Amino acid sequence: MNILVFIKQVPDTTEIKIDPVTNTLIRQGVPSIVNTFDTYALETAAKLKDADPSIKIVVATMGPEQAKEALKTCLSVGADKAYLVSDKAFAGSDTLATSYVLSCVAKEIAKREGCEFDLIFCGKQAIDGDTAQVGPELAEHLNYPQITYALEVAVENGSVKCRRETEDGYEVLSATLPAVVTVTKTAYEPRYASVKSKMAANRAVIPVLTAADFEIDTNLSGLKGSPTKVKKTFVPQKKKGGIKLQEETGVIAAEKLAAMLSEAGII
Amino acid sequence: MFFTEDHEYIRDLAREFAEKELAPIAHEIDQTDTIPQRIYDLMADMGFFGLKIPEEYGGQGLDVRSYVCVMEEICKKSIAASLLMSSANSLSTAPILLAGTEEQKKKYIPGIASGKEIMAFGLTEPGAGSDAGSMTTRAVEDGDSYILNGRKCFITAAPIAQNTVIFAKTSPEKGSKGITSFIVDMSLPGVSVGKNEVKMGQHGVPVSDVILEDVRVPKSAILGEVDKGFITAMKTLSIGRIGVACQGIGISQGALDAAVAHIKERKQFGKRLADFQAIQFMIADMETKVNAARLLVYNAAYLMDQHKDVTKEASMAKYFATETALEVVSKALQMFGGYGYINEYPIERMYRDARVLTIYEGTSQVQQMVISGIVLK
Repeated sequence: MNILVFIKQVPDTTEIKIDPVTNTLIRQGVPSIVNTFDTYALETAAKLKDADPSIKIVVATMGPEQAKEALKTCLSVGADKAYLVSDKAFAGSDTLATSYVLSCVAKEIAKREGCEFDLIFCGKQAIDGDTAQVGPELAEHLNYPQITYALEVAVENGSVKCRRETEDGYEVLSATLPAVVTVTKTAYEPRYASVKSKMAANRAVIPVLTAADFEIDTNLSGLKGSPTKVKKTFVPQKKKGGIKLQEETGVIAAEKLAAMLSEAGII
Repeated sequence: MFFTEDHEYIRDLAREFAEKELAPIAHEIDQTDTIPQRIYDLMADMGFFGLKIPEEYGGQGLDVRSYVCVMEEICKKSIAASLLMSSANSLSTAPILLAGTEEQKKKYIPGIASGKEIMAFGLTEPGAGSDAGSMTTRAVEDGDSYILNGRKCFITAAPIAQNTVIFAKTSPEKGSKGITSFIVDMSLPGVSVGKNEVKMGQHGVPVSDVILEDVRVPKSAILGEVDKGFITAMKTLSIGRIGVACQGIGISQGALDAAVAHIKERKQFGKRLADFQAIQFMIADMETKVNAARLLVYNAAYLMDQHKDVTKEASMAKYFATETALEVVSKALQMFGGYGYINEYPIERMYRDARVLTIYEGTSQVQQMVISGIVLK
């Protein structure tokens, strides 16, 4: 079995600072990391490989040259091979264009690796854009079944079975292979690299795929292929911290809330 | 200047581990006097126990500077955890790598490098500390064996070790030239350990006496040559010095970081503590000394990697880095005021953890003897 994991390099949002004067993001000095949900996707693949060492895991990302660092991180914690997809023709891609490029890339990597990918993993969303659209759109481009927000993934008899997170619990779904699965925060944390795997990953040569290297209609990629137009970006107004009522029962909490509102002259 | 890109990658890995895994539980380790199994497992998987150990014996085969990078990062958050790897990389395996036969190396080292086994180092005795040559533990030849009698004290990890390297007098009349080292299986009849010592700091790794009562060990347990054990002990301690020096710079930086964060927040007399010149001058002194200590440690590690004789350099690094650590943790605690004296604040633990650094693996006074001895030679 072979698994292709698409990842994204993102700014570490836990360290993001807003310039108080211009109200824009301070990008300088903000470290780049592998999108958190993608690390869970890779770990899920790595866990499948732990159980069946014959599994091959390939990671790929679309981004600038510096995204190789993110791929190296993935190579140190379970991935066997990595590809960077980089071309000016892909710059400015929205989710539709990105997923289209990735669908072409998936076919090209399968060709280069001489294998079919039974599973394509993505994180459920990127922590910088938060759209959660690329994974599902990728499945549509490839005409594969998809399971989103997976918490657990098992493969049995040619199908994939996932526990999928929902608003109020979980559901268990299965799909025939090949399939696209997007992974949410799992019960387990991604593994650490070892000193040896870290050093080996650091030395790895990562092939770069440009638009000329594979079959793609560049009218459908980059800004040209992106129907999404960003009208305005702004910093959300900071909300004042609210009051959290946590009582033994809902009734007690409701009574307390009513008393507070009444005291404030609201009701 | 001292490091390559690989070293930086290894340091990043260790820093991530220390911040994510050790910092949140350092207090718990101190209070429960136990390091969770998860930490042993993670450190083993990441390859930390065998960093400096040659690959042929199951280690990572890396250099001293790699070891320094990992030790320094771990010590910023938990000295207790650093003891696990310093003992594996240094005190446990150095005597065997220095003096052991090929068979002994293959038998004992892979288990230690993979974190599955622990080898303690039994040199110190109640009456023989810095003056290790005055030890009274005896080993008497008896046919194809030796019979060991004596007591070792302050032996790190003895209660959880499978084996201990024991130094004993085989030719008492020859003084320090009559000492032999043995690998003693802790399950042998006559071997027992004392109570787990209640230490001031560095909780998490047990330390106890090792008592030897008519312990019969086969001659195959001899490490190196008969009567040559003292050289093995001194060489091992010399290697170990760099590890303690790393503990010194690591804990200093950890304390300094904590102090800086605190004085930027804490306000008295309407100003941040960081706005008082008296505090600023203390910070300047701390930063300068920590950096000076770091350069001594890095220099010694670099020279060790060039296979130079670093007896003096390692002693200077250990001496200065650990004395600096005492000064830095003390000043940092001072900046925390009353809070610093409260157990819930990490600086209180760091203050206790640091205290032994100028004592173990050669006191500051022994380092001074070594350094001046070389200068005045």
